Amino acid sequence: MDVLDALLDPWRSGIERRALIEVILLGGFCGALGFWVTSFRLSYPAESLAHGMLPGLVLAALAGVPLLVGGVGGVLIAALVVAVAGRDPRIGSDTSTAVTVTGLLGVGGLLALTPETPARLEELLFGNPLAVSDGDLTAAGVLALAGGGALVALHRPLTAVALDAGGARSLGMRPTVVRLALLGLLAVALAVAVQGLGSLLVLAAVVAPTIAVRRHTSSPVGTIVAASAVACLAGVAGIYASDVAGTAAGASVALALCLTAALGQAGRGAGRLRSRASQ
Amino acid sequence: MTAAAVVAQDLAVAYGGDPVLSDVDFSLEAGSSLCLLGPNGGGKTTLFRALTGELAPASGAVSVTGRPAYVAQTERTRLDFPVSALDVALMGSLANGRWWLPARRADRAAAQAALGRVSLADRADERFGALSGGQRQRVLLARALVQDAPVLLLDEPLAGVDPASAEQIDALFDELRAEGRTLLVSTHDVDSARTFDRVICLNERQVAFGEPGPTLTRAVLEQTYGGEIVLLEDGDGPLRAVTVQHHDHSH
Repeated sequence: MDVLDALLDPWRSGIERRALIEVILLGGFCGALGFWVTSFRLSYPAESLAHGMLPGLVLAALAGVPLLVGGVGGVLIAALVVAVAGRDPRIGSDTSTAVTVTGLLGVGGLLALTPETPARLEELLFGNPLAVSDGDLTAAGVLALAGGGALVALHRPLTAVALDAGGARSLGMRPTVVRLALLGLLAVALAVAVQGLGSLLVLAAVVAPTIAVRRHTSSPVGTIVAASAVACLAGVAGIYASDVAGTAAGASVALALCLTAALGQAGRGAGRLRSRASQ
Repeated sequence: MTAAAVVAQDLAVAYGGDPVLSDVDFSLEAGSSLCLLGPNGGGKTTLFRALTGELAPASGAVSVTGRPAYVAQTERTRLDFPVSALDVALMGSLANGRWWLPARRADRAAAQAALGRVSLADRADERFGALSGGQRQRVLLARALVQDAPVLLLDEPLAGVDPASAEQIDALFDELRAEGRTLLVSTHDVDSARTFDRVICLNERQVAFGEPGPTLTRAVLEQTYGGEIVLLEDGDGPLRAVTVQHHDHSH
């Protein structure tokens, strides 16, 4: 009975219940999106966009507008700056992205440390699912429904382009448009999820669940479903861990997500060792 | 007179700068086969990309009957992507439109039938990346069969393919031609080019086009491959040629 009470306890508190709903909604969508982000090898651009949106978030905090607005604006500015900086072939897109994103983080830090800024830098960097508003929950719900619908509709084009862009083009697909649609979904997901996990940790919700399950599944649909489930469970586990240990909720969720990735890899490694030993 | 399925008129293709392929001018009848010969970087894949519409002509024009099916070299596909042979064949049904909806039962039946036609019905559920190179090539051909395109562009379909798969692919080419489909096949095998209806030799421009017998002369092959070919006299038989270039698929 004590265990049941302990498990139900966070759901009785309004603040933690909202946090749990937030991580379940975000986990469900980001877990699914992560399969495509990793399949299209967009993890590094995703991290760049997530970190580069910090100035937008700080400006939103300064102006007193919803962080979602700042997140979307920040992602767009980061994407634009990264795209422009990456045009010089002598430097290379990876290097220019790294320098640009570090610069954007610096600008975000400077803005956040000015006396006029509300004392929310930690929330912007590391998020706080315990502080989500009704608007944030609504945004997460819309993202889960509309974004999930978009992923379902785009499933076959994404599969064809991920396997072989040239072949997909001859089937009438437009690989560039498909990639842009995926990037658009990623940008919106980052802007919405940043409230819960912050600019530095939000990528964990997108990438870690797929890493956790990819080697244990054999189809895109199986991987997507498993990654979504793992993301939801890890999010809930993070909130519980935060409740029990009194740790920061955003960082606890991010850590739980990364732990699933490590366990997924370790599980595969152990299975391989066992099969070698039995040979 | 049979209608032309593929026409290139004074075609030049560029990747933003100067043309990497120019002076391409040929017409191919429906139901015939064309072999594309040339060194790596000579323009074979570039011509395919122009025919699929991926690259717009820098000058001149191309026209192709319907939307051509493009069968890439299997090493250009993502072998770590978790799809089955059936999933790949089923992608051919995307050409029918309705890309936002799940595949229909009829599409699945067509994909199964296409895999049967390339003798891989029993491998339908196997992971695409786990198949041999020849089997993967046959799966990509099954995808083209589901697409039901009148024109097929095949980029070095026999490169690195086991002899059993090569034999099956050759037999399938004969069947496709008999069905009235037009085949354009790039290869490094000069001898196999003699089995096609037409041959086109490319080396950053069109060196020659025509029936293989009169076209594949010593002068044409030397212009096409430069120092990257060894020509062997074989008595009164056709000139034998062995290409010796390194593998590079940049064009």
